[in-house]
Amino acid sequence: MNFSIQINTSPYHSNAGCHAYHFILSALQQGHTIAKIFFFHDGIYHALKYTTPPDDELSQTLRWSKLANEFNIELLVCISAAQRRGLLSMNEAHKQGKNQDDLASGFQFSGLGQLIEATLMTDRFIIFG
Amino acid sequence: MIKKYLFVLRKPAYCGLYIQETVDIILTTAAFDQHISLLLLDEAVFHLKTNQQPQLAEKKQVSALLNALEIFDIKDIFLEAESLARYGLHTEDCDIPAKIINQVDVAEVIKHHDIVFSC
Repeated sequence: MNFSIQINTSPYHSNAGCHAYHFILSALQQGHTIAKIFFFHDGIYHALKYTTPPDDELSQTLRWSKLANEFNIELLVCISAAQRRGLLSMNEAHKQGKNQDDLASGFQFSGLGQLIEATLMTDRFIIFG
Repeated sequence: MIKKYLFVLRKPAYCGLYIQETVDIILTTAAFDQHISLLLLDEAVFHLKTNQQPQLAEKKQVSALLNALEIFDIKDIFLEAESLARYGLHTEDCDIPAKIINQVDVAEVIKHHDIVFSC
């Protein structure tokens, strides 16, 4: 089965991101495919490159990046939700006088159109948070 | 491809940016010419309450956003009767025409849609 996933809550506000990760990993291990993972509302904070938890704590951002790299999954971050919260693309960062964008490896900005496309093309669409 | 989308709103009006961002998704879905319905449950019934003054809380008028949905041919807005009753609201308190359904009919409404967004 082909899934698309939406994550709505920030890493430290709820367990929804963790539940999504384990669902996705389990689905992949069982031979299902994940077309796109879409981060919306406060879920965009999963993509923040500069999150630096203590060494003895899990980095959810790093874990998403590894998952995207290992399974070639698109991690899409809603650009309007992200900019509103200060997570900027390279273009926007330059406009704001910053040298770097804020996106961790494997994440990319996207519009809501890609989310709707994903819901149209996949067998199941699941929202976490 | 046409699918039937149901957006289930459960949070109160003016609870952060949830409704504005949810309306963004609804309008994007409308741009894809999909069939769209809304179901307002629990505190979300306050979205349609008349005579709100969100500017006092530095918020945009939600009912204006929801009114715009009709332009996109989104006419199926369902309100749960029990939620209205719980908060002492009546249909005449609502800004936008909506279909009142009972709690026992919610599952049936959900069953008639392909994609359910919980918002």
